[in-house]
Amino acid sequence: MTSVRVLVGTRKGAFVLSADGKREQWKVDGPFFGGWQIYHLKGSPLNPNRIYASQSSDWFGQLIQRSDDGGQTWNPVGNKFEYDGIPGTHQWYDGTPHPWEFKRVWHLEPSLIDPDVVYAGVEDAALFQSNNGGNDWHELSGLRGHGTGPRWQPGAGGMCLHTIILDKTNSDRIYIAISAAGAFRTDDGGKTWKPINKGLRSEHIPDPNAEVGHCVHRITMHPSRPSVLYMQKHWDVMRSNDSGDSWHEVSGNLPTDFGFVIDVHAHEPETIYVVPIKSDSEHYPLDGKLSVYRSSTGGNDWQALTNGLPQSHCYVNVLRDAMAVDSLDSCGVYFGTTGGQVYVSPDAGEHWSAIVSNLPPVVSVEVQTLV
Amino acid sequence: MIRVVLPPHLRTLAQVGSEVRFDVSAPVTQQSILDALEDRYPMLKGTIRDYATGKRRPFLRFFGCNNDLSFDSADAPLPDAIATGIEPFMIVGAVAGG
Repeated sequence: MTSVRVLVGTRKGAFVLSADGKREQWKVDGPFFGGWQIYHLKGSPLNPNRIYASQSSDWFGQLIQRSDDGGQTWNPVGNKFEYDGIPGTHQWYDGTPHPWEFKRVWHLEPSLIDPDVVYAGVEDAALFQSNNGGNDWHELSGLRGHGTGPRWQPGAGGMCLHTIILDKTNSDRIYIAISAAGAFRTDDGGKTWKPINKGLRSEHIPDPNAEVGHCVHRITMHPSRPSVLYMQKHWDVMRSNDSGDSWHEVSGNLPTDFGFVIDVHAHEPETIYVVPIKSDSEHYPLDGKLSVYRSSTGGNDWQALTNGLPQSHCYVNVLRDAMAVDSLDSCGVYFGTTGGQVYVSPDAGEHWSAIVSNLPPVVSVEVQTLV
Repeated sequence: MIRVVLPPHLRTLAQVGSEVRFDVSAPVTQQSILDALEDRYPMLKGTIRDYATGKRRPFLRFFGCNNDLSFDSADAPLPDAIATGIEPFMIVGAVAGG
């Protein structure tokens, strides 16, 4: 019997939503870690019962929790994130140098080949790795130290490394993205990195075509087409056909190309989803109508998907880690909002319904397809 | 026997009640209390003192004997009433946020 488990991180705790393959009747468990900010939870693709959670608080700092029973029970593991060497400075909002300071873990990415290996993207931006299930962490400091770090600057949410993409066809290749530095790629398992921002254009930096400084909000990749990447930038939806070496815009007929999330259909590598947001100063849907847009052509030609979504007076946001897809035959698409709703479409976006409507603001959504 | 009062979230994390008690060798200081506390409850490491600086986290305060001890030296001997367990050493979260 197939089923799905939706892992929801919110500003005030974690929730686990479960359903069978029909995705109609839902069981809601939580809150776990009530009162704490849960930036992200993600399960190991090799051992779905192993789930990692990033738990943080302005009062008590960062914790990492691990479950080995599918989210029923949790244990704190290692939370010592120390930068390698003297971390130096990045740009502050006003352009002055600012010391690198660890604040929190934004994203956890379990390895595709070893259930004990997990990566953590942190603020201030850096990539960490654990080889023992989260008990100990070390920085992959080639990223932060490759030379452009002093020019990186924080986005509104902080200078966060929020996206980690592993390539199942090449275990040495990792993509990451940082707000507001841009996208980077390693081809040697994290020792050395290169910026992959050619073709991005951002008006908020002095040189709109600069090597770094772009506010990349999210990147996604279909596992069967690892050289094709899709990006939701601050403004602009972008596509790369060459593993990030170059990008071109595919915003096409979107009503606004500002947004945070982007994801790709589980079975159709050219079908992608975004949630357009009005602007960088008004973080809510255009005209108060919550709409997912889908392109079945890898971008440029977009279709609004609104059936079941609020079409008036809706002023929520959908944050960068808050969309996911399951891998059932009829691909399910999920997203969470800052208004506390988690929506599901069990038919690839044609029809939507709210699984839950009154959670704390949703920060992240991940889905596990269980067989 | 030292008495330490934790804020509610840390009680949940350490799976303890409102107060924990343990022995600390003299001289009893903030440093020695927190070291002993973390030895007994390793999950609290990093939650009271920042890993990088070793200093009290900014949204926490230390109180005892009706005084704010937050800005006293971590190595300074604490009042006898705390060292003997008559009064608790209180770790208090700032009243901030929602």
